[in-house]
Amino acid sequence: MRAFTGTVAVTGLNATDNPGPGVAVIRALRADPLFQGQIVGLAYDALDPGVYLPGLLDAAFMVPYPSAGRGAIFERLAYIKHRVGLDVLLPTLDSELPAFLDQEETLRAMGIGTFLPTRAQYEQRAKARLHELRTQHGVAVPDSEPIYEAHDLIRLGQRMGYPLVVKGVFYGAEICHTHAEAVGAFHKAAAKWGLPIIVQQYIPGDDLCVAAVGDGQGGLIGAVPMKKLMVTDKGKGWAGVTVQDEPLMALTRDVMRALKWRGPCEVEALRDAAGGYHLLEINPRFPAWVDLSMGAGNNLPMAAVRLSRGEPVAPQADYIVGAAFVRASVNQIVNIADLAPLSTIGELHPDSQTSRAFA
Amino acid sequence: MSSTQTHHTDPQTATLANLAVSPTGFVFDPRTGATFSVNPSGRALLEGIRDGLSLDALVDKLADDFEAAGADLRRDAMEFARSLKDQGLLPNTFELA
Repeated sequence: MRAFTGTVAVTGLNATDNPGPGVAVIRALRADPLFQGQIVGLAYDALDPGVYLPGLLDAAFMVPYPSAGRGAIFERLAYIKHRVGLDVLLPTLDSELPAFLDQEETLRAMGIGTFLPTRAQYEQRAKARLHELRTQHGVAVPDSEPIYEAHDLIRLGQRMGYPLVVKGVFYGAEICHTHAEAVGAFHKAAAKWGLPIIVQQYIPGDDLCVAAVGDGQGGLIGAVPMKKLMVTDKGKGWAGVTVQDEPLMALTRDVMRALKWRGPCEVEALRDAAGGYHLLEINPRFPAWVDLSMGAGNNLPMAAVRLSRGEPVAPQADYIVGAAFVRASVNQIVNIADLAPLSTIGELHPDSQTSRAFA
Repeated sequence: MSSTQTHHTDPQTATLANLAVSPTGFVFDPRTGATFSVNPSGRALLEGIRDGLSLDALVDKLADDFEAAGADLRRDAMEFARSLKDQGLLPNTFELA
Protein backbone atom coordinates (compact mmCIF):
# COMPACT_ATOMS: atom_id res chain seq x y z
CA MET A 1 0.00 0.00 0.00
CA ARG A 2 1.38 3.40 -0.91
CA ALA A 3 1.92 6.40 1.35
CA PHE A 4 -0.85 8.92 1.88
CA THR A 5 0.33 12.44 1.13
CA GLY A 6 -2.87 14.50 1.05
CA THR A 7 -4.34 16.96 3.53
CA VAL A 8 -6.95 15.76 6.02
CA ALA A 9 -9.29 17.97 8.03
CA VAL A 10 -10.51 16.63 11.38
CA THR A 11 -13.09 18.08 13.77
CA GLY A 12 -13.82 17.26 17.42
CA LEU A 13 -10.74 18.83 19.04
CA ASN A 14 -12.50 19.47 22.34
CA ALA A 15 -10.27 17.21 24.40
CA THR A 16 -12.02 17.76 27.72
CA ASP A 17 -13.08 15.21 30.36
CA ASN A 18 -15.78 14.23 27.85
CA PRO A 19 -13.54 14.46 24.81
CA GLY A 20 -14.40 14.70 21.17
CA PRO A 21 -12.76 12.03 19.02
CA GLY A 22 -10.60 14.43 16.97
CA VAL A 23 -7.35 14.14 18.92
CA ALA A 24 -7.55 10.35 18.98
CA VAL A 25 -8.27 10.22 15.24
CA ILE A 26 -5.28 12.45 14.50
CA ARG A 27 -2.95 10.57 16.82
CA ALA A 28 -3.87 7.36 15.02
CA LEU A 29 -3.11 8.95 11.65
CA ARG A 30 0.17 10.42 12.83
CA ALA A 31 1.27 7.05 14.15
CA ASP A 32 0.79 5.32 10.80
CA PRO A 33 4.13 5.12 8.95
CA LEU A 34 2.30 5.45 5.63
CA PHE A 35 0.61 8.68 6.65
CA GLN A 36 2.82 11.41 5.22
CA GLY A 37 0.15 14.03 4.75
CA GLN A 38 -0.88 17.24 6.48
CA ILE A 39 -3.55 17.52 9.15
CA VAL A 40 -5.80 20.51 9.57
CA GLY A 41 -7.83 20.91 12.74
CA LEU A 42 -11.32 22.39 12.48
CA ALA A 43 -12.18 24.09 15.77
CA TYR A 44 -15.44 25.45 17.14
CA ASP A 45 -13.71 27.25 20.00
CA ALA A 46 -10.35 29.00 20.09
CA LEU A 47 -9.67 27.08 23.32
CA ASP A 48 -10.31 23.64 21.87
CA PRO A 49 -7.45 21.86 23.66
CA GLY A 50 -6.43 19.69 20.71
CA VAL A 51 -5.32 22.77 18.81
CA TYR A 52 -2.48 23.32 21.27
CA LEU A 53 -1.16 19.77 21.48
CA PRO A 54 2.43 19.95 20.18
CA GLY A 55 2.98 18.19 16.88
CA LEU A 56 -0.67 17.35 16.33
CA LEU A 57 -1.73 19.84 13.66
CA ASP A 58 -0.18 21.51 10.66
CA ALA A 59 -2.83 24.22 10.78
CA ALA A 60 -6.09 24.99 12.54
CA PHE A 61 -9.15 26.94 11.43
CA MET A 62 -12.23 28.10 13.22
CA VAL A 63 -15.41 26.79 11.61
CA PRO A 64 -19.00 27.89 12.15
CA TYR A 65 -21.26 25.90 14.46
CA PRO A 66 -23.60 23.48 12.67
CA SER A 67 -26.51 25.78 13.55
CA ALA A 68 -25.05 28.35 11.13
CA GLY A 69 -26.23 26.13 8.30
CA ARG A 70 -24.65 24.14 5.52
CA GLY A 71 -23.92 27.19 3.37
CA ALA A 72 -21.71 28.80 5.99
CA ILE A 73 -19.85 25.55 6.65
CA PHE A 74 -19.21 24.79 2.99
CA GLU A 75 -18.08 28.36 2.37
CA ARG A 76 -15.56 27.97 5.17
CA LEU A 77 -14.36 24.63 3.79
CA ALA A 78 -13.84 26.25 0.39
CA TYR A 79 -11.72 28.93 2.03
CA ILE A 80 -9.65 26.35 3.92
CA LYS A 81 -9.23 24.34 0.73
CA HIS A 82 -7.95 27.47 -0.97
CA ARG A 83 -5.56 28.31 1.90
CA VAL A 84 -3.94 24.97 2.68
CA GLY A 85 -5.46 22.41 0.35
CA LEU A 86 -7.96 19.87 1.60
CA ASP A 87 -8.35 16.34 0.25
CA VAL A 88 -10.28 14.53 2.96
CA LEU A 89 -12.79 15.62 5.58
CA LEU A 90 -13.25 13.44 8.69
CA PRO A 91 -16.11 14.85 10.78
CA THR A 92 -16.13 13.28 14.25
CA LEU A 93 -19.08 14.90 16.07
CA ASP A 94 -22.70 13.76 16.02
CA SER A 95 -24.03 17.30 15.82
CA GLU A 96 -22.16 18.26 12.66
CA LEU A 97 -22.88 15.12 10.65
CA PRO A 98 -26.32 16.15 9.30
CA ALA A 99 -24.69 19.02 7.40
CA PHE A 100 -22.46 16.59 5.50
CA LEU A 101 -24.86 13.69 4.87
CA ASP A 102 -25.80 13.13 1.23
CA GLN A 103 -23.34 15.87 0.26
CA GLU A 104 -20.66 13.58 -1.03
CA GLU A 105 -21.02 14.77 -4.64
CA THR A 106 -20.90 18.43 -3.68
CA LEU A 107 -17.81 17.88 -1.55
CA ARG A 108 -16.19 15.78 -4.23
CA ALA A 109 -16.76 18.61 -6.71
CA MET A 110 -14.85 20.80 -4.26
CA GLY A 111 -12.04 18.23 -4.28
CA ILE A 112 -12.85 16.99 -0.76
CA GLY A 113 -13.37 13.27 -0.15
CA THR A 114 -15.58 11.81 2.59
CA PHE A 115 -16.74 8.34 3.59
CA LEU A 116 -19.96 8.86 5.53
CA PRO A 117 -23.29 7.12 6.00
CA THR A 118 -26.30 8.11 3.95
CA ARG A 119 -29.01 10.11 5.65
CA ALA A 120 -31.22 7.02 5.67
CA GLN A 121 -28.54 4.97 7.44
CA TYR A 122 -27.88 7.80 9.87
CA GLU A 123 -31.56 8.09 10.79
CA GLN A 124 -32.10 4.36 11.01
CA ARG A 125 -29.52 4.03 13.78
CA ALA A 126 -31.01 6.89 15.81
CA LYS A 127 -31.92 5.97 19.38
CA ALA A 128 -35.60 6.46 18.68
CA ARG A 129 -35.51 3.94 15.83
CA LEU A 130 -32.99 1.43 17.16
CA HIS A 131 -35.77 -1.00 18.11
CA GLU A 132 -36.52 -1.36 14.38
CA LEU A 133 -33.26 -3.27 14.03
CA ARG A 134 -34.83 -5.90 16.27
CA THR A 135 -38.23 -6.00 14.60
CA GLN A 136 -36.98 -5.76 11.00
CA HIS A 137 -33.57 -7.41 11.08
CA GLY A 138 -33.56 -9.63 14.15
CA VAL A 139 -30.68 -7.79 15.80
CA ALA A 140 -30.68 -8.26 19.59
CA VAL A 141 -31.88 -4.89 20.92
CA PRO A 142 -33.47 -4.52 24.36
CA ASP A 143 -37.20 -3.87 24.28
CA SER A 144 -37.54 -0.11 23.80
CA GLU A 145 -40.06 2.42 22.62
CA PRO A 146 -39.96 6.15 21.88
CA ILE A 147 -42.67 8.10 23.69
CA TYR A 148 -43.97 11.67 23.58
CA GLU A 149 -46.19 11.66 26.67
CA ALA A 150 -45.19 10.88 30.26
CA HIS A 151 -48.38 8.88 30.87
CA ASP A 152 -47.06 6.23 28.46
CA LEU A 153 -44.64 5.35 31.24
CA ILE A 154 -47.49 3.57 33.05
CA ARG A 155 -48.00 1.20 30.13
CA LEU A 156 -44.27 0.69 29.57
CA GLY A 157 -43.61 0.17 33.27
CA GLN A 158 -46.14 -2.66 33.23
CA ARG A 159 -44.64 -4.15 30.09
CA MET A 160 -40.93 -3.85 30.90
CA GLY A 161 -41.03 -3.81 34.71
CA TYR A 162 -38.73 -1.78 36.92
CA PRO A 163 -35.99 -0.75 36.80
CA LEU A 164 -36.13 0.61 33.28
CA VAL A 165 -33.97 3.11 31.41
CA VAL A 166 -35.14 6.57 30.34
CA LYS A 167 -32.97 8.01 27.56
CA GLY A 168 -32.76 11.41 25.95
CA VAL A 169 -33.17 11.49 22.19
CA PHE A 170 -29.52 12.53 21.70
CA TYR A 171 -27.71 11.96 24.98
CA GLY A 172 -28.04 10.69 28.51
CA ALA A 173 -29.63 7.67 30.14
CA GLU A 174 -31.08 7.26 33.61
CA ILE A 175 -31.91 4.00 35.34
CA CYS A 176 -35.27 4.46 37.08
CA HIS A 177 -36.52 2.17 39.83
CA THR A 178 -40.03 3.57 40.24
CA HIS A 179 -42.71 5.21 38.14
CA ALA A 180 -42.08 8.50 39.95
CA GLU A 181 -38.39 8.38 39.08
CA ALA A 182 -39.22 7.61 35.46
CA VAL A 183 -41.61 10.58 35.21
CA GLY A 184 -38.92 12.86 36.66
CA ALA A 185 -36.32 11.51 34.23
CA PHE A 186 -38.77 11.93 31.34
CA HIS A 187 -39.29 15.64 32.02
CA LYS A 188 -35.60 16.26 32.72
CA ALA A 189 -34.48 14.64 29.45
CA ALA A 190 -37.32 16.28 27.47
CA ALA A 191 -36.37 19.73 28.77
CA LYS A 192 -32.74 19.19 27.82
CA TRP A 193 -32.92 17.29 24.54
CA GLY A 194 -36.52 17.50 23.37
CA LEU A 195 -38.82 14.65 22.36
CA PRO A 196 -39.18 11.78 21.92
CA ILE A 197 -37.89 10.09 25.04
CA ILE A 198 -36.74 6.52 24.63
CA VAL A 199 -37.79 4.05 27.28
CA GLN A 200 -35.71 0.91 27.32
CA GLN A 201 -35.83 -2.37 29.19
CA TYR A 202 -33.06 -2.48 31.80
CA ILE A 203 -30.64 -5.38 31.43
CA PRO A 204 -27.79 -5.61 33.94
CA GLY A 205 -24.43 -6.61 32.58
CA ASP A 206 -21.04 -5.49 31.26
CA ASP A 207 -20.84 -2.51 28.90
CA LEU A 208 -18.74 -3.10 25.81
CA CYS A 209 -17.83 -0.89 22.87
CA VAL A 210 -16.67 -1.55 19.32
CA ALA A 211 -15.04 1.00 17.05
CA ALA A 212 -15.80 0.05 13.46
CA VAL A 213 -15.78 1.11 9.83
CA GLY A 214 -18.53 -0.21 7.58
CA ASP A 215 -18.03 -0.56 3.84
CA GLY A 216 -21.50 0.69 2.90
CA GLN A 217 -22.42 -2.66 1.34
CA GLY A 218 -23.19 -4.50 4.57
CA GLY A 219 -19.63 -5.56 5.26
CA LEU A 220 -17.03 -4.59 7.79
CA ILE A 221 -13.73 -2.96 6.86
CA GLY A 222 -12.42 -3.30 10.39
CA ALA A 223 -13.55 -3.40 14.00
CA VAL A 224 -11.88 -3.31 17.40
CA PRO A 225 -13.81 -4.25 20.57
CA MET A 226 -12.96 -2.62 23.88
CA LYS A 227 -13.88 -3.20 27.51
CA LYS A 228 -13.72 -0.14 29.75
CA LEU A 229 -11.40 -0.57 32.71
CA MET A 230 -12.12 2.81 34.26
CA VAL A 231 -15.00 5.23 33.70
CA THR A 232 -15.66 8.85 34.60
CA ASP A 233 -18.77 9.97 36.47
CA LYS A 234 -20.36 10.42 33.04
CA GLY A 235 -19.62 6.83 32.18
CA LYS A 236 -16.91 7.75 29.68
CA GLY A 237 -14.04 5.32 29.36
CA TRP A 238 -10.86 6.65 30.94
CA ALA A 239 -8.99 3.38 30.47
CA GLY A 240 -9.83 0.33 28.40
CA VAL A 241 -8.48 -2.79 26.78
CA THR A 242 -9.15 -4.67 23.57
CA VAL A 243 -10.85 -8.00 24.15
CA GLN A 244 -11.34 -11.24 22.29
CA ASP A 245 -15.10 -11.43 22.00
CA GLU A 246 -16.50 -13.24 18.98
CA PRO A 247 -20.20 -12.85 19.93
CA LEU A 248 -19.66 -9.08 20.20
CA MET A 249 -17.98 -9.05 16.80
CA ALA A 250 -20.87 -11.11 15.39
CA LEU A 251 -23.31 -8.52 16.76
CA THR A 252 -21.26 -5.78 15.09
CA ARG A 253 -21.33 -7.65 11.78
CA ASP A 254 -25.12 -8.06 12.16
CA VAL A 255 -25.47 -4.29 12.63
CA MET A 256 -23.32 -3.54 9.59
CA ARG A 257 -25.33 -5.99 7.51
CA ALA A 258 -28.67 -4.61 8.67
CA LEU A 259 -27.80 -0.95 8.13
CA LYS A 260 -25.32 -1.34 5.26
CA TRP A 261 -23.40 1.16 7.35
CA ARG A 262 -20.92 3.32 5.50
CA GLY A 263 -18.06 4.92 7.38
CA PRO A 264 -16.94 5.12 11.00
CA CYS A 265 -19.13 4.26 13.97
CA GLU A 266 -19.11 3.02 17.53
CA VAL A 267 -21.32 0.12 18.55
CA GLU A 268 -22.26 0.09 22.23
CA ALA A 269 -23.45 -3.24 23.57
CA LEU A 270 -24.13 -5.07 26.79
CA ARG A 271 -23.29 -8.62 27.82
CA ASP A 272 -25.79 -9.98 30.32
CA ALA A 273 -25.09 -12.44 33.12
CA ALA A 274 -26.16 -15.37 30.93
CA GLY A 275 -23.70 -14.38 28.20
CA GLY A 276 -26.32 -12.84 25.89
CA TYR A 277 -25.43 -9.71 23.90
CA HIS A 278 -27.70 -6.71 23.38
CA LEU A 279 -27.18 -3.69 21.15
CA LEU A 280 -27.56 -0.46 23.13
CA GLU A 281 -26.53 2.32 20.74
CA ILE A 282 -24.80 3.08 17.47
CA ASN A 283 -22.83 6.31 17.46
CA PRO A 284 -22.37 7.57 13.87
CA ARG A 285 -18.70 8.49 14.24
CA PHE A 286 -15.45 7.26 15.74
CA PRO A 287 -15.26 7.10 19.55
CA ALA A 288 -12.73 9.20 21.49
CA TRP A 289 -10.69 6.06 22.22
CA VAL A 290 -10.25 5.13 18.55
CA ASP A 291 -6.47 5.58 18.70
CA LEU A 292 -6.58 2.24 20.54
CA SER A 293 -7.35 0.71 17.13
CA MET A 294 -3.95 1.94 16.00
CA GLY A 295 -2.38 0.42 19.11
CA ALA A 296 -4.17 -2.82 18.30
CA GLY A 297 -2.71 -2.90 14.81
CA ASN A 298 -5.97 -2.16 12.98
CA ASN A 299 -5.79 1.58 12.30
CA LEU A 300 -9.41 2.48 11.63
CA PRO A 301 -8.92 6.26 11.10
CA MET A 302 -6.29 5.47 8.47
CA ALA A 303 -8.75 3.14 6.75
CA ALA A 304 -11.39 5.91 6.81
CA VAL A 305 -8.95 8.39 5.26
CA ARG A 306 -8.07 6.02 2.44
CA LEU A 307 -11.72 5.19 1.79
CA SER A 308 -12.54 8.90 1.76
CA ARG A 309 -9.88 9.35 -0.88
CA GLY A 310 -11.49 6.63 -2.96
CA GLU A 311 -8.70 4.11 -2.40
CA PRO A 312 -9.64 0.45 -2.03
CA VAL A 313 -9.17 -0.87 1.51
CA ALA A 314 -9.19 -4.60 2.15
CA PRO A 315 -11.16 -5.73 5.20
CA GLN A 316 -8.94 -6.48 8.17
CA ALA A 317 -10.36 -8.70 10.86
CA ASP A 318 -7.21 -9.05 12.95
CA TYR A 319 -6.34 -6.91 15.92
CA ILE A 320 -4.16 -7.33 18.98
CA VAL A 321 -6.03 -8.52 22.07
CA GLY A 322 -4.77 -6.85 25.24
CA ALA A 323 -3.91 -3.47 23.72
CA ALA A 324 -4.88 -0.96 26.38
CA PHE A 325 -5.24 2.78 26.77
CA VAL A 326 -5.01 4.95 29.85
CA ARG A 327 -6.22 8.49 29.23
CA ALA A 328 -4.39 11.44 30.80
CA SER A 329 -5.52 14.95 31.54
CA VAL A 330 -2.64 17.40 31.20
CA ASN A 331 -2.19 21.14 31.32
CA GLN A 332 -0.68 22.47 28.12
CA ILE A 333 1.52 25.47 28.85
CA VAL A 334 1.36 28.07 26.10
CA ASN A 335 1.94 31.78 25.77
CA ILE A 336 -1.19 33.89 25.73
CA ALA A 337 -0.06 35.03 22.30
CA ASP A 338 -0.59 31.48 21.07
CA LEU A 339 -4.31 31.93 21.64
CA ALA A 340 -4.49 35.07 19.54
CA PRO A 341 -4.60 33.79 15.94
CA LEU A 342 -7.66 31.57 16.27
CA SER A 343 -9.44 34.18 18.40
CA THR A 344 -8.82 37.01 15.96
CA ILE A 345 -8.24 35.85 12.39
CA GLY A 346 -9.73 32.39 12.89
CA GLU A 347 -6.74 30.41 11.76
CA LEU A 348 -3.46 29.18 13.17
CA HIS A 349 -0.37 28.04 11.34
CA PRO A 350 2.04 26.79 14.03
CA ASP A 351 5.13 27.17 11.84
CA SER A 352 4.38 30.81 11.22
CA GLN A 353 5.95 32.82 14.04
CA THR A 354 4.30 36.00 12.84
CA SER A 355 0.90 34.52 13.46
CA ARG A 356 1.73 33.84 17.10
CA ALA A 357 3.79 36.69 18.49
CA PHE A 358 2.48 39.98 19.77
CA ALA A 359 3.79 42.96 17.79
CA MET B 1 2.23 -10.46 27.99
CA SER B 2 0.75 -12.93 25.61
CA SER B 3 -3.01 -13.26 25.59
CA THR B 4 -3.50 -15.99 23.07
CA GLN B 5 -1.24 -18.82 24.17
CA THR B 6 -3.04 -22.05 24.84
CA HIS B 7 -1.51 -24.42 27.36
CA HIS B 8 -4.20 -26.99 27.80
CA THR B 9 -7.25 -28.21 25.93
CA ASP B 10 -9.28 -29.55 28.87
CA PRO B 11 -12.67 -27.78 28.64
CA GLN B 12 -12.73 -27.59 32.45
CA THR B 13 -9.70 -25.31 32.40
CA ALA B 14 -10.19 -23.71 28.97
CA THR B 15 -10.84 -20.27 30.46
CA LEU B 16 -7.69 -20.47 32.56
CA ALA B 17 -5.73 -21.54 29.50
CA ASN B 18 -6.85 -18.41 27.72
CA LEU B 19 -5.64 -16.04 30.47
CA ALA B 20 -2.54 -13.95 29.93
CA VAL B 21 -0.31 -14.03 33.01
CA SER B 22 2.64 -11.68 33.39
CA PRO B 23 5.80 -12.69 35.28
CA THR B 24 4.72 -10.34 38.09
CA GLY B 25 1.32 -11.99 38.47
CA PHE B 26 -0.84 -9.50 36.56
CA VAL B 27 -3.61 -11.49 34.90
CA PHE B 28 -5.73 -10.45 31.92
CA ASP B 29 -8.82 -12.27 30.70
CA PRO B 30 -8.98 -11.51 26.97
CA ARG B 31 -12.66 -12.55 26.72
CA THR B 32 -14.01 -10.16 29.33
CA GLY B 33 -11.25 -7.56 29.65
CA ALA B 34 -11.08 -8.28 33.38
CA THR B 35 -7.73 -7.88 35.11
CA PHE B 36 -6.56 -9.01 38.52
CA SER B 37 -3.38 -9.76 40.39
CA VAL B 38 -2.07 -12.89 42.06
CA ASN B 39 0.87 -13.27 44.40
CA PRO B 40 3.63 -15.78 43.58
CA SER B 41 1.89 -18.70 45.27
CA GLY B 42 -1.42 -17.73 43.60
CA ARG B 43 0.32 -17.67 40.27
CA ALA B 44 1.82 -21.10 40.93
CA LEU B 45 -1.63 -22.46 41.79
CA LEU B 46 -3.31 -20.79 38.81
CA GLU B 47 -0.75 -22.16 36.40
CA GLY B 48 -0.79 -25.57 38.08
CA ILE B 49 -4.57 -25.90 37.85
CA ARG B 50 -4.45 -24.61 34.30
CA ASP B 51 -1.90 -27.30 33.44
CA GLY B 52 -4.04 -30.04 34.96
CA LEU B 53 -2.03 -30.81 38.09
CA SER B 54 -3.72 -32.94 40.74
CA LEU B 55 -4.26 -31.67 44.27
CA ASP B 56 -1.30 -33.72 45.50
CA ALA B 57 0.88 -32.37 42.72
CA LEU B 58 -0.16 -28.81 43.52
CA VAL B 59 0.72 -29.29 47.18
CA ASP B 60 4.09 -30.73 46.21
CA LYS B 61 4.70 -27.79 43.88
CA LEU B 62 3.87 -25.26 46.60
CA ALA B 63 6.06 -27.11 49.08
CA ASP B 64 8.98 -27.13 46.64
CA ASP B 65 8.62 -23.61 45.27
CA PHE B 66 7.92 -21.83 48.55
CA GLU B 67 9.62 -24.11 51.06
CA ALA B 68 6.33 -24.54 52.85
CA ALA B 69 4.71 -27.59 54.40
CA GLY B 70 1.68 -28.77 56.29
CA ALA B 71 -2.04 -29.27 55.90
CA ASP B 72 -2.52 -25.58 55.11
CA LEU B 73 -1.17 -26.10 51.61
CA ARG B 74 -3.95 -28.52 50.69
CA ARG B 75 -6.58 -26.16 52.14
CA ASP B 76 -5.03 -23.14 50.38
CA ALA B 77 -5.10 -24.90 47.03
CA MET B 78 -8.76 -25.86 47.44
CA GLU B 79 -9.71 -22.34 48.55
CA PHE B 80 -7.90 -20.89 45.58
CA ALA B 81 -9.78 -23.19 43.20
CA ARG B 82 -13.05 -22.14 44.84
CA SER B 83 -12.08 -18.51 44.36
CA LEU B 84 -11.47 -19.17 40.66
CA LYS B 85 -14.96 -20.68 40.45
CA ASP B 86 -16.45 -17.62 42.15
CA GLN B 87 -14.78 -15.46 39.50
CA GLY B 88 -16.18 -17.58 36.68
CA LEU B 89 -12.72 -18.78 35.69
CA LEU B 90 -13.46 -22.41 36.48
CA PRO B 91 -16.82 -24.16 36.01
CA ASN B 92 -18.79 -25.01 39.14
CA THR B 93 -18.39 -28.69 38.26
CA PHE B 94 -14.59 -28.50 38.56
CA GLU B 95 -13.09 -30.48 41.43
CA LEU B 96 -9.45 -30.71 42.44
CA ALA B 97 -8.69 -34.39 42.63
